Amino acid sequence: MAVTVRTFASTGEAAAALSSDRGARYFGGGTLVMRALNEGDISISTIVRASDHALTRIDATGSRVTIGAGVTFARILAECGLSFLHAAARSIGGPAVRNMGTVGGNLFAATPYGDFTVALLALDAMVSVQGGLGSRDVPIEEFLQTRERQTGTLVLAVSFQKPASADAFRYRKIARIKPKGGAVITLAAHLPVSSGRIVGARIALGSMAPTQIRARAAERALEGRTLDGATISAAAAAAIEGTSPADNALASGWYRREIVGVHLRRLLSGQE
Amino acid sequence: MAKTALQFRHNGRDVAIFVDGGTNLLVALRELIGDMTPKFGCGQGGCGACSVLIDGELHLSCLTLAETVAGRSVETLDGIKDGPSLHPLQRAFADNFAAQCGYCTPGILMAAKALLDRNPQPSRAEVVEAISGNICRCTGYEPIINAVLAAASVGRARA
Ligand SMILES: Cc1cc2nc3c(=O)[nH]c(=O)nc-3n(C[C@H](O)[C@H](O)[C@H](O)COP(=O)(O)OP(=O)(O)OC[C@H]3O[C@@H](n4cnc5c(N)ncnc54)[C@H](O)[C@@H]3O)c2cc1C
Ligand code: FES
Ligand code: FES
Repeated sequence: MAVTVRTFASTGEAAAALSSDRGARYFGGGTLVMRALNEGDISISTIVRASDHALTRIDATGSRVTIGAGVTFARILAECGLSFLHAAARSIGGPAVRNMGTVGGNLFAATPYGDFTVALLALDAMVSVQGGLGSRDVPIEEFLQTRERQTGTLVLAVSFQKPASADAFRYRKIARIKPKGGAVITLAAHLPVSSGRIVGARIALGSMAPTQIRARAAERALEGRTLDGATISAAAAAAIEGTSPADNALASGWYRREIVGVHLRRLLSGQE
Repeated sequence: MAKTALQFRHNGRDVAIFVDGGTNLLVALRELIGDMTPKFGCGQGGCGACSVLIDGELHLSCLTLAETVAGRSVETLDGIKDGPSLHPLQRAFADNFAAQCGYCTPGILMAAKALLDRNPQPSRAEVVEAISGNICRCTGYEPIINAVLAAASVGRARA
């Protein structure tokens, strides 16, 4: 079925077009939208695009990083200032998917996808969205919890504080097919350290609930401690708290629950 | 519904077609331009048989909205040979028995070309990574990886 394609020069016009039409869908890299169209998804009647350059901008020069929603994973991999995000970007799809798929689209990708978003959740990112009434910043956790209601808003960019050291940010995706495959689970940890102690720990999990979630109990087990064996064990034991993983073709919910602590332990102890 | 006029470069030649909104590039290439080298495997991004280069970058044509290539350069397998001479990658695939049914071959050749264009001397691991979005159901990946490495060493001998 043919759809109408509308391309706008400004994000404001694109946002207005999205919010005024229930059948309108924003087209980022299109790796998921085009799939839906090829399958004959009749809920999409209009495709909205925006050619505004701000959407494809990366600002990684200062301590706060801003990545436009239209930035692809290949662009992130080409940016040496974003090396802490390279493992997350590299874990997505094959090379063609990384040349096409965007950071903005990843925020909406349902399980087993959305790996990059797990990294953004551990970084406490802010999501800039433009609705009919102007733009505002939404904390990523709130954004994910209200994602179903966000169709009709345009994501402009994500921004976050750069981790202080390479060791302070860690990412791990468990997949059955390598180097490319859907996630069994995905984990990311941000572990800022102040005078030898962890302050403001963030652990994010993918495929452990309907959306990406924070492992709050594990974060509490790390808070104010040094990253020693006892602390790591306590965090690993707490990883499963608050999770509700589903069964899918890649793994059962039971299996996900069994392994999440194992992989959190490996992530925290810096094991391969 | 009204069709949209679309112009782009196809293997070095300017082309103009009319597309329905929502048409993917694979359909545009095969049905409107008549270039049958990109293959339809899944229409879902999963197999890589439809891989093409857009401005030199590897893309899946089944997931590319045709209208987004306006004014850009699209290269398919049909464009890589030089007159009657095979491209070194094609030669290496033939010599190394890297194609059985051949259905995956156009996509894998484009993925390999995207790799060699920017990294003429890849390691084995880099070749594996470069073709990781392409599925082959019959040859098996070892002869394909060997063929890409052989083409790279031919390139090296020439340089
Ligand atoms: C073969 C294959 C393998 C894949 N492997 C992975 C993987 O390993 N990990 C993974 O995480 N994902 C994977 N994906 C899924 C997908 O490619 C990525 O999640 C990608 O980040 C989606 O981005 P996109 O720009 O292509 O999204 P699109 O298809 O353009 O959009 C997806 C959704 O997000 C909305 N959207 C996009 N951008 C915006 C915006 N700026 N504002 C508002 N709404 C927006 C769209 O309207 C749509 O609803 C894979 C896909 C394929 C086809
Ligand atoms: S047909 Fe495009 S990836 Fe399978
Ligand atoms: S040669 Fe038959 S699928 Fe690869």
